[in-house]
Amino acid sequence: MSAQSSTVASAAAVPRDVAVEPEMPDVLPPIKVRRGLAGFVYRHPTIAFGAALLIAMLSIAVLAPYLGTVDPTALSPAKRTRTPSAEFWFGTDMLGRDVYSRVMYGARVSLTVGFSVAILASLAGLAIGLVSGFVRWADGIIMRIMDGMMAIPSILLAVALMALTRASVSNVVTAITIAEFPRVARLVRGVVLSLREQPYVDAAVAAGTRSPMIILRHILPNTLAPMTVQATYICASAIIVEAILSFIGAGTPPNVPSWGNIMAEGRALWQVKPFIVFFPAAFLSLTVLAVNLLGDGLRDMLDPRMAKRL
Amino acid sequence: MLRHICRRIVATIPVMAIVALFVFSLLYIAPGDPAAVIAGEQASPEDVEKIRKGLGLDRPFLSRFGEWSWHIVQGDLGTSMFTGLPVTELIRQRLEPTLSLMVVTLILAVSIAVPMGVIAAWKAGSWIDRGLMAFAVLGFSVPVFVVGYLLAYVFALELDWFPVQGYTPLSAGFWPWLENLVLPAIALGCVYIALIARITRASMLEVLQQDYIRTARSKGMGQSGILFVHALKNAAVPIVTVIGIGVALLIGGAVVTESVFAIPGLGRLTIDAIVRRDYPVIQGIVLLFSLVYVLVNLAVDVLYTLLDPRIRY
Repeated sequence: MSAQSSTVASAAAVPRDVAVEPEMPDVLPPIKVRRGLAGFVYRHPTIAFGAALLIAMLSIAVLAPYLGTVDPTALSPAKRTRTPSAEFWFGTDMLGRDVYSRVMYGARVSLTVGFSVAILASLAGLAIGLVSGFVRWADGIIMRIMDGMMAIPSILLAVALMALTRASVSNVVTAITIAEFPRVARLVRGVVLSLREQPYVDAAVAAGTRSPMIILRHILPNTLAPMTVQATYICASAIIVEAILSFIGAGTPPNVPSWGNIMAEGRALWQVKPFIVFFPAAFLSLTVLAVNLLGDGLRDMLDPRMAKRL
Repeated sequence: MLRHICRRIVATIPVMAIVALFVFSLLYIAPGDPAAVIAGEQASPEDVEKIRKGLGLDRPFLSRFGEWSWHIVQGDLGTSMFTGLPVTELIRQRLEPTLSLMVVTLILAVSIAVPMGVIAAWKAGSWIDRGLMAFAVLGFSVPVFVVGYLLAYVFALELDWFPVQGYTPLSAGFWPWLENLVLPAIALGCVYIALIARITRASMLEVLQQDYIRTARSKGMGQSGILFVHALKNAAVPIVTVIGIGVALLIGGAVVTESVFAIPGLGRLTIDAIVRRDYPVIQGIVLLFSLVYVLVNLAVDVLYTLLDPRIRY
């Protein structure tokens, strides 16, 4: 608009007989360039929304002791199964423990498990996928083993592992990592195999670059984008699997409040006191939704060709 | 064609062998002493020793594995440490409810998800499309037991349309059987529907851009004919693939769904086995479900050649 009005102003100033650029109607709407954080939110609303939700959950996990919570394991048998009130925001469970405090502290377990599994499974999958993609003779053996492991539904594999080890958060992380990493390995291997055919890799080989350098400079950077997307999905899946394991009694020990545990304890009473199950369920779903949205957004951002399709 | 099918069947043998080897070696590679973990906190050293003997952990790995796999090939999955019954017998007793649940879920999910994905692709960008895809993201995010409780609360407790929990065998009649399975199947099917709908939409979008779709339209073919005959048929391969892969979700989810809806199936057997740390039972269930998963994907592989005559091996 400002450009146009200045044209008009200058048109008045020019002498007669001098041709002036005729006034044109606005054909194209003005393009508003958005920069900074606002621009990012505008261009990638799913990432922004997912990230904001996830940051909220992370703050709950970190700040759990300061959010007006009481000891999540403190029993008070006199105050069993209270409905939500000003004193007990989410009510109390069958042992009189404050469900609000338990849900807030439960965020710690879910997010720890989600992030640890995502990182560990990515690293293990990356290492094995790189070896498999680069070492021809090992490829067949490794991929058969990965196929075998992927043939076991991941929840059942985690259940089998948990049946043999003591219930603890670190064992849950290990079990879910073992169940998830073959998927990353397969993905990385596929990317490596297609990258090996790229002209720039041939050029690097022809130039006498050593294999470790080729992996580091040409292969690894190109696997990162699909792997990051995969890692977010693994994080979401790990959070669900942890909750399921805890719900069926094969996950975190009963003294650690996790969303799955709280629901498992509320299960016996859910028909009369549904709120004990409802609150951890809502937080669990919101967290998984946040991670999934982040993953979808990242996928669209990192691979715009796919964005319009899925 | 027949040769190809035979080759695929043979190819499942090494996969199952690795599954068996892996499930078996878990006993040996698990951190700590599995016998002590299984025996529990209060067990005496004699009890631990007895369990170690029962699991064969006192013998060398290879001889034990050889004996164990020989039994499995003969259809003997060992005996339950808790009940003393053969694992195959325990599984046989619990098979029907789980199988019913999975089959009903599969049929329900496919018959909802595929039309959903087709319509979303047809109306790509519209509010129907956005709504369906938002539902798909939600379906991925809300865990199966949460959906289960929500459905049970609304449709069984509040509206009283369906029974809250339990299972009626098929022998008691089709409708009572189905009535008990509707809510569990919807709960279990949510993730599956989301998965299939997304892939259907993606696959259909690609096909709808092809020249032969324009040809069909220009020769005056009806919209539904184009969508469901020309397009869906050509978009089928990825859809069928994901239906096969998604069976893993069904298997994992069935364990939880059965627990929510108190269905006495293999999921309940699994949970009981976890509580009692009855490893032979868990081993048997894992092997069985893995076999089911591998066979389903084998069937999918064979379907490819029927769906798409261009695929020749």
